[in-house]
Amino acid sequence: MNLENILAQALEAVASASEIAQLEDIRVNYLGKKGEITNLLKTLGKIAPEERKEAGQVINQAKQDVQVAINDKRELLASKALEEKLAAETIDVTLPGRVMPTGGLHPVTRTIERIESFFGELGFAVKSGPEVEDDFHNFDALNIPEHHPARADHDTFYFNPKLVLRTQTSGVQIRTMEAEQPPLRIISPGRVYRNDYDQTHTPMFHQVEGLMVDTDVSFTELKGILHDFLRNFFEEDMEIRFRPSFFPFTEPSAEVDVMGKDGKWLEVLGCGMVHPNVLKSVGIDPEKYTGFAFGMGVERLTMLRYGVNDLRAFFENDLKFLNQFR
Amino acid sequence: MKFSEKWLREWVNPAIDTQALSEQLSMAGLEVDGVEPAAAEFSGVVVGEVVECGQHPDADKLRVTKINVGGDELLDIVCGAPNCRLGIKVAVAMVGAVLPGDFKIKKAKLRGQPSHGMLCAFVELGISEEGDGIMELPLDAPVGTDLREYLSLDDNIIDVDLTPNRGDCLGIKGIAREVGVLNSIDVKALEIPAVAATIDDKVSIELVNDEACPRYLGRVIKGINLDATTPLWMVEKLRRSGVRAIDPVVDVTNYVLLELGHPMHAFDLNAIEGGIKVRSAHAGEELVLLDGNTAKLNESTLVIADHNKALAIAGIFGGEQSGVTEQTTDILLESAFFNPVAIAGQARSYGLHTDASHRYERGVDFALQHDAIERATALLLEIVGGQAGPVVEAVAKDKLPKVTEVRLRRARLDRVIGHHIEDAKVTDILTRLGFDVKIVDGVWSADVPSYRFDIRIEEDLIEEVARVYGYNSIPNVAPTAKLKMTTHNEANIAVSKFRNTLVTRGYQEAITYSFVDPKAQAILHPDSDALILPHPISIEMSAMRVSLMPGLLASVMYNQNRQQPRIRLFEHGLKFLRDENAENGVNQVAVIGGAITGLAHGEHWVEEKRTVDFYDLKGDVEALLSLTNDITRFEIKAEQSDGLHPGQSAVIYVEGKKVGFFGAIHPQVQKSLDINNATYVFEIEMSAIEKRNLPEAVGVSKFPSNRRDIAILVEDQVKSGDILSVIEKVGGNQLVDLNLFDVYKGKGIEPNYKSLAIALTLQAVDRTLEEKDINLVVDNVVAALAEQFNASLRD
Repeated sequence: MNLENILAQALEAVASASEIAQLEDIRVNYLGKKGEITNLLKTLGKIAPEERKEAGQVINQAKQDVQVAINDKRELLASKALEEKLAAETIDVTLPGRVMPTGGLHPVTRTIERIESFFGELGFAVKSGPEVEDDFHNFDALNIPEHHPARADHDTFYFNPKLVLRTQTSGVQIRTMEAEQPPLRIISPGRVYRNDYDQTHTPMFHQVEGLMVDTDVSFTELKGILHDFLRNFFEEDMEIRFRPSFFPFTEPSAEVDVMGKDGKWLEVLGCGMVHPNVLKSVGIDPEKYTGFAFGMGVERLTMLRYGVNDLRAFFENDLKFLNQFR
Repeated sequence: MKFSEKWLREWVNPAIDTQALSEQLSMAGLEVDGVEPAAAEFSGVVVGEVVECGQHPDADKLRVTKINVGGDELLDIVCGAPNCRLGIKVAVAMVGAVLPGDFKIKKAKLRGQPSHGMLCAFVELGISEEGDGIMELPLDAPVGTDLREYLSLDDNIIDVDLTPNRGDCLGIKGIAREVGVLNSIDVKALEIPAVAATIDDKVSIELVNDEACPRYLGRVIKGINLDATTPLWMVEKLRRSGVRAIDPVVDVTNYVLLELGHPMHAFDLNAIEGGIKVRSAHAGEELVLLDGNTAKLNESTLVIADHNKALAIAGIFGGEQSGVTEQTTDILLESAFFNPVAIAGQARSYGLHTDASHRYERGVDFALQHDAIERATALLLEIVGGQAGPVVEAVAKDKLPKVTEVRLRRARLDRVIGHHIEDAKVTDILTRLGFDVKIVDGVWSADVPSYRFDIRIEEDLIEEVARVYGYNSIPNVAPTAKLKMTTHNEANIAVSKFRNTLVTRGYQEAITYSFVDPKAQAILHPDSDALILPHPISIEMSAMRVSLMPGLLASVMYNQNRQQPRIRLFEHGLKFLRDENAENGVNQVAVIGGAITGLAHGEHWVEEKRTVDFYDLKGDVEALLSLTNDITRFEIKAEQSDGLHPGQSAVIYVEGKKVGFFGAIHPQVQKSLDINNATYVFEIEMSAIEKRNLPEAVGVSKFPSNRRDIAILVEDQVKSGDILSVIEKVGGNQLVDLNLFDVYKGKGIEPNYKSLAIALTLQAVDRTLEEKDINLVVDNVVAALAEQFNASLRD
C-alpha cells in the first residue's frame, strides 16, 4: 500500500474513533514499532540514496500528521468525556443544605453586651457582685439607713433582716470603691430582685449600674455621657430629658426620660452625682473626688429597642420568642 | 398625692394651663403621674328634688317619681335605684342631656310609664366614687342649678408621685409654695387666726418620751353636733384627693392633713382617763385599732395614752375605744410633732400604712402644729358647732429640730454642676425657696425653713439650685479622663466566648428565675439545703436554686408542651449554696449549664432523623472545656450526679475538685418533672474554665508521620477513656495523635466483649521513623493494654 492510502486510512480511523482506547490502537497500528507507517520508514534503506531524503521527509510528515490527528482527537474525546461526567454529576443545588441551626443570645444579654461595648470603649471596666447581699452593701452604704422610706419602696426580698436579694446593682459600686481608689470607671450589669409581680413587674430583672469617680466629675458630664449613650443605644436622635428625682445615694439626682413614638415620655434610667455620704462610707474624700452614677433597667431598654410589649416574655424562655433575636 | 387643680389655684394661680403646670411640676422633681378630669364630659344635668316617689305598677324594682327641677312642670322619671326616695336632692339628666359616652337622654316609656329624664349615679357621670345607687346631693342644693357648676366639676385631679425627700409637698400648701417658686409669683397666705377659748376645759399633757414627741398640742371642744353634715366644697375637695367623707370630725382632720400636710387626730374626750401621756408602749401592751384589729404593741412603738391605757399608735392609727362615734359630743383635738425616726418603720411593722404615718415618716414641719390646730378648730366650730377650750401645749424645745444653716461654696457649686450659674440667680433661687440667704466671699449661708427638713448638706442646696434653674438648661459635656489603658489579661476568657460557642452549636440562651420551685428542686437534688425566701411571690418561687437544672428543665418542659421538636437551652448565672465559710454564709457560684432534648437536628431530606444522645451533649461540653487550650486539666469520671441516670452520668474534676457534671436525666426524675423525651444536661463552674493556657509554640516536625491502626478486644465494662490514657502514657512523645475511630460489639465478638479500633499517629521531630521504631511503640502499647486491661489484638 502506498503512503497516501495508508495516511488516508489512518486519518479516517482517527476520525471515526469514538473512545480514547481506540486511539491508542490506531497509534500502535500506524506509528507503533510494527506500525504501517513505521514499516514504511524501515523500507527507506532500500530506496536510492538521492531519493531517500525526500521520501523520508514525506513519510515523517505523514507520521506527524497522524500523531497530530490522534492528539487532537484525544483532546476532543477527553473533553467530551469530562462534559458527560459533569453532566452526570449535576445535582439540585436548591435543595436545603445540611444544617446545624445556630441558637441565639437572650435579648437581655444582647442589650447588656451592647451597653458593655459602648462604655467599654470609654474605659469603663465591667464588674460583678453577689446577688444575695448584706444590708450594708445594699442599703446602709448607699445612704439608705434602716427605716428610710426608700427601703420600703424597694419591695425587698429578705432572708433575714441582715440579708437580702439585692434590689439594685449599686452594691457593686460600694464593693469596687472599697477595693480600689479613684479614678474609677465601672459598669456592673446583673440580676436584681423586687417582691412585685404583675403586668409590668417581674420579681427578677436586670440593671446596669455605671460609676465614674475622679477629681472633677460633674453633672454636665453625666448629662453628656447619658445623651451619647441613649442616642447610640436607640440609633436615633431621640428627645431626652433629665427630670429631678431622688435617690438616697446621689445628690443631685435625676431620672431620664426619652420621648416614645406615641409622644409620651418614658423613664429609662436614674442617675445623679454620688452622695458625699456614699464616698465617705468607703473612705473616699468627697472634697477631693466627685463622681456620677447611673442605673438603667435592661428589660425596659430592650422592650423599647425591639418592640417587645410583654415584660414577662423575657423569663418564659419560649423558643418562639427567643428565636427572634438573632 | 392627689389634689384638685382648682384647690391649688386658690392658693397660687400661675397663668399657665393644666398641661404646662403638670410639666412644670414634673420637671421640678414632683413627678405628675396622671391628670384626669374631676368628672367626664356631660351636659344637661341639673339639681332636682324628688317630690313624689311611688312604686311602679308593673315592675317591683322600679319607682315612678316626679322631680322638681325648677321649671313650670314636674318631670316624670322612672328610676331603678334602691336609694331613690321622697325628699332627696338628686342629679337629673333632662331630656336632651348628653352623658359620657355620647349617651343622649330622650323621652321614653319604661314598662308603660313615661320617663322624661334620668336620675344619675356618680359612675354615670364619670365621677370616681364608690357606692351604689343614685347621687344624693345636700338638701340645700338649689333646684335647677347646673350640676357641673354646682359641684364645680370643671376641674382636674392631679396625681403627683412624690419622692421620699419631699414630705413638705404632701399638702396643698407645700405644692403651692413650689409652684410659686417655679413661676416667681406670690402664694396667697392663708390667714389662720387663733380661735379664742370660750370654755376652760383642758386635758393635761405629759411628754414621757420627748425625744420621739417634742411637741404635742391638745384642745378640748365640747358640745359638738355630729348630725351636721360636712359642706359640699369640703367633700368635693376630699373626694378629688381620693378621700371619702365619713363624718365632719374625720373630714376636718383629713382636710387639714391635705391642706397643710399636717396630720391631726381627734379623741372622744370621755374615753380619756386622767390626761394624755405620750410614751413608749409597754411590753405586751395591746390596743384595739379603729379598724377593729388588735395590735400587739412592742416597746419601740410610741403611743398616745391616758393615765391607764394606750389610746392610739402615735402618728399612725387611732384606737377604737377612744375614737369619735355618732354619740360623741366632746372631743380632744391632737396636733403633734413626732420625730420621723420614732415613726419610721413602725406602721409597716403592724402591716399598716396611713396618710398620717406616710407624712410623719417623711417628716412634718415642726413649726406647723399651732396653725394646724387653729385651722381645724375653726373649721370644726363652723360645721359642728361647740365650744373650744384653750390650746394646751407640751413642748421640749431642746428636742425639737433646730433651724440649720447650710453653706454653699461658689467653687463647689461650679465643680459639681460643671456649669456656671450667676451669683444673683443662685441667691434668687434659694431666697424664693424660702431660705434665708447671705453671701459672703463666695459662700452662701442659708437658714433652712422648718418645712424643708430634707435639706442638710451642701449637695442638697446644689440640687435645689440645679433643679429650679432647670436640669435641661444645663449643657451636656463629654466627660474628661486620663487615657489610661485598663489592665488586660489574655488568659481570661470572656463569658461571651462560652456563650457564643454554645450559640454556634445550636443552643438558645435562656434566663430563668434564681428562685425555683422547692419541690422540683428536691426531685433533682434530694439532699440540697437551699436558701428559702421567707416571703416569696409564691411557693413555686421560694427556693434559691442550687443548680441551673430546675430552671432549665422547667423551660424544657414549657417548650416541649409547645410542640418544639428540638430543644437546646443554656444559661449562665449564679447558683446559691449554703457555706459557713463564704461571705454572708452563701457561696454564690457562677456556672454555665445547658439542657438538650428531642431531635439532634431538624428533619432533613438527606440526614438520618435521630434524637440526641449522651455523646451530642458530651461534644458540647468538650467544646467548652477545650476553650481553655488545656483539655487535659479536666478529668472526667463515670460517677452518678444528682438527678442523673446512674449509667449515663459523668463528673468533671480539676485537681481532684468537682467542677461540673453532665449526663442524662434519670428516667424517674424525668417522669416526675413531666418531661417526655430523654433529656441531657450539663453544668460547669466558670472558675474552672474561665482561664486558658496561652499558646507555647514548638517547632513543627519536617519528617513524615506514620499511622498504625490497632483493633483490640476488651471486656465491655473497661472504660475507653482509661485505655486512651494508658496509650498516651506509653506512647511517649513520638505519639502525636490518638483517635478511637470504631467501637464494635456483636457478630464475631464474644458476648461481654467489645472491639475498639484505635489509630496511632507517630512522628519524630528530628528524623524519619523507621519501621522498627514504630513497631516498638505499637508493641509497647499492646503489651501495656494486655497487662492492664487484659486486652488482646483482634485478628
